Amino acid sequence: MKRTTAALLAVLLLAAACDSSGGGGSSTSDVPGVTDSEVVVGTHMPLTGPAAAGYSKIAPATKAYFDFVNANGGIHGRKITYKIKDDGYNPATTQQVVRELVLQDKVFAILNGLGTPTHSGVLDFLKTNRVPDLFVASGSRSWNQPDRYPGTFGFNPDYTVEGKILGTHVRSAYPGKKVCFLGQDDDFGRDSLAGVEKILGPVAAKQTYVTSSPNVGPQMGALKAAACEVVVLATVPGFTALSLGTASKIGFKPQFVVSNVGADPATVGKALGTAAPLLEGVVSANYLPLTTDDASPWIQLFKRVNAEHNGGAEFDNNVVYGMSVAYLFVQSLQAAGRDLTRDGIVAAVRRNGFQGPGLVPLRFADKDHAGYGGERLTRVEGGKAVFFGPAYTTDDGDAAVQPHTGPVVTPPQNGIPAA
Amino acid sequence: MTGSVTEVARPGTATPVPEIRGRRRIPPIVPVLIGAVVVAALSYVLPPFRNYQLATVGAYFTVTAGLTVLTGLNGQLSLGHGALMATGAYAFALAQNRWLTMPLSFLAAIAATTLAGVVIGLAAARLRGPYLAGLTLAVAVVVPSVTSTFDETFHSDMGLSVALDPPPGTIPVERWQAWLCWAGALVTVLLLAMLVRGRFGRDLRAVRDDETAARLAGVHVARTQVLAFVVSAACAGLAGALFAVLAQSVSPGAFPLTLSLFLVMAIVIGGLGRLTGALCGAVLLVALPALAQTAGERSGSQHLEGNLALVIFGVVLVVVMLAAPGGLASIRFTRQSRRNR
Repeated sequence: MKRTTAALLAVLLLAAACDSSGGGGSSTSDVPGVTDSEVVVGTHMPLTGPAAAGYSKIAPATKAYFDFVNANGGIHGRKITYKIKDDGYNPATTQQVVRELVLQDKVFAILNGLGTPTHSGVLDFLKTNRVPDLFVASGSRSWNQPDRYPGTFGFNPDYTVEGKILGTHVRSAYPGKKVCFLGQDDDFGRDSLAGVEKILGPVAAKQTYVTSSPNVGPQMGALKAAACEVVVLATVPGFTALSLGTASKIGFKPQFVVSNVGADPATVGKALGTAAPLLEGVVSANYLPLTTDDASPWIQLFKRVNAEHNGGAEFDNNVVYGMSVAYLFVQSLQAAGRDLTRDGIVAAVRRNGFQGPGLVPLRFADKDHAGYGGERLTRVEGGKAVFFGPAYTTDDGDAAVQPHTGPVVTPPQNGIPAA
Repeated sequence: MTGSVTEVARPGTATPVPEIRGRRRIPPIVPVLIGAVVVAALSYVLPPFRNYQLATVGAYFTVTAGLTVLTGLNGQLSLGHGALMATGAYAFALAQNRWLTMPLSFLAAIAATTLAGVVIGLAAARLRGPYLAGLTLAVAVVVPSVTSTFDETFHSDMGLSVALDPPPGTIPVERWQAWLCWAGALVTVLLLAMLVRGRFGRDLRAVRDDETAARLAGVHVARTQVLAFVVSAACAGLAGALFAVLAQSVSPGAFPLTLSLFLVMAIVIGGLGRLTGALCGAVLLVALPALAQTAGERSGSQHLEGNLALVIFGVVLVVVMLAAPGGLASIRFTRQSRRNR
C-alpha cells in the first residue's frame, strides 16, 4: 500500500507541474480574464453526444463572429477569446468544464452555456464566484431569478411566453377544435404547457416523452384515440421528426404547432429524410431572422461572417442563433465601457436598450433577467419556414399577448455594434 | 497530466521482492493514514480546480475499489455499477433535500444501494459470465426509465438539484469537496482492505478460481457471491452520493451506460483485484478526458474532443494489456503478481 502513497505523491507532482505551466494568461488588471488587449470568455456546449446534432454548430458560429470582430480591431482594443468546452450534455461534465473555465482558465464570464439540466447545476457555483453568466441557451425560467442569481441572464424567450403565443394563434386560427399537447418531461414541456393552458384552458389530452426512449407510438396513439385536431408539440428536433412520422404512420393527421426549439425545417427535415414533406403546413414561431430570408441585412451579414470565419458551415438556424448571441455580447462589452469589470457588464446588461437581430425587444431590466419577450409565427411552405402575422410579445405571467410594433433595426455599416 | 500513467508506478521500480514481503504485514490503516495526510496536504497546495479534480479522483476511487473486489477477486463482471451509483446519488439527493443532514444522507445512499445490491446480487449468484453481464447491463438501462416513470419524485431527465450547506468555516468549496470525497474513499479502501485480507478474501478468490473446489472446502459459494456484490454495491452507492456532492445535481444523464463501461475499463487498465489498480484507474478516469480535451484544443478541432477521450482510453487499454497484462499496478511487481495468482 506504500504504492498508494507513491501514486498520490506522483499526482501531487503532476498537479503542481500542470499548474505552473497551465496557469498562464496573467492579467495586468484585477479583473479575471481581462487585460488591455484581451477579454477571455468561455462556454459549455454539447459538441458530442446525444444533443450535439444542430447544437454543436452554435459555439463555432459565436466564435466566428468574435473572430470577425477581432479582425476589425476588437472592442476597446481588446480581442475576444472564446473558450469552448464540450460537456456532451452531461451535467457532471458541465460541472467539471465550468470549474476549469472559471478556476483554471480564469474566464471573465460564461457566455451562452447550453441546456437546462446542465446549466442548472452550475448556477450556484457561478454565483459564488461572482462570474457573469450571460445569455444562457435555453428557455427555462430558472435563469430569471435576479434575487437569487444576480449575474445570470437568459437569451431565448422562455417556454411559457412561447406557449402563450402559440396558444393565442391556436385560439384564433382553429376555434372550437380539440387541442392536445405532447411535451418533453422536464421544464421545457411543463413551462410550455403552462403557457398554452393559460390561453386555452385545460387541453383535451396531454402526453409526455423522455429523450432516453426514442418511441412516441403510445403517446401518438393516445392523442389519436382522443380525437385531437390540433397538437402542440414542445419537442426537440429529433422528437418533432419522430412525432410527425409516427402520427403519419398511424393515419393521424392533426394540425401540428411546434415550439421554436424543435421546428428548424433544415434539422427536422434531415431527420425525416424522404418523409420531409410531412413538415408542410406545420406552424411554429421564431424571434430571430429566418435563414432563408436573403433580403434581411442581418442574414447577409451573418452569411458573410459565416463564409469568412466559419469555414462556410451549412447556414441554418443554429448559426444565426450563435451569431446573434455573439452580437449581443459585443453590444454588452461596448455598453460596459473601456474599464471592463464583472459588475460593470452585469449593470450594462441590466440597463438593456440593445437593438439587434431579434424581432422583439429583450426584457432585461433591474428585476427581470429573462431574454427575448416574444416571437413571430412561422409556417412551413415549400420546405421553408415563412413568417406570417405580426410579432407578439408577452410575459410568463398574466400579461396579454400583444402585437409588437417596433422599428426594424438594421446592422451597422461595418457589422459591429458601436459603443 | 500526461505522465501520470507511468509516474504512478515508477516509485516502486527498484523495490526488491523481500521488502514487499515485509511490507505486506503492515496493517492497512498505515497506508490509509499516510494517504489521508497526503490528501490533506495536497488540498492546501493545489489550486481550486486541481482540488476539484482531486475530489473527483477520490469519488471514482470509492467505486473502482469496490468494483475491483467484485470483478477482480470474485470474478463477477458488473456492467451496472454506473446505475448503482445513480441509485446512491438519487437516494442522497432525496434525503439531502428533505433533511439537509449530510451524514444521514450518506447513510441513506449506502442503505439504498445495499438493498439494490442484495436484490441484484441474489439474482447474480445464479448467473455466470455473459448472463451476469447481461443482467447488470439491464440494470444500467432500467434505472433511467425509473426516473421518468416516477417523474413526480425524480423529475425525469431533468434530475434533482442537491441542497448543500456551505462548507464549515472559511474552507473553500473545492477543498471541502476533496476532503469529503477522500474521506469516503479512504474509509472504503480501509474497510475493503481489512475485509479481503481475512477469511472473506480467501473465500472470494476460492469462488473465483474454482467453485466446485470452494464448495468442497466448505465455502458457501452463493453467499460469498451475494456478499461480494452487496459490498461493491455499497461502495458504488457512496461514490454516487459523492458525485451528487460534486455536481450539486443528479440526473440520468450523469450516469450513462458509458460510465459503467468506463469503470470496468479503468479497473482492467489499473490492474484487476488490486486496490492500487483501482487508484490508477480512478486517476485515469479523470486524467484521460482532460488530456483528450487539451489535445483537442491544441489540434484546433472543436468536434473531436468527446470522441478523442474514447480513442485515448481504447489505445491506453490496448497498450497496457499488451505491455502489462496484469494492469498498471502490476508493472513493477510482476514476480509478486505471478505468485499471487
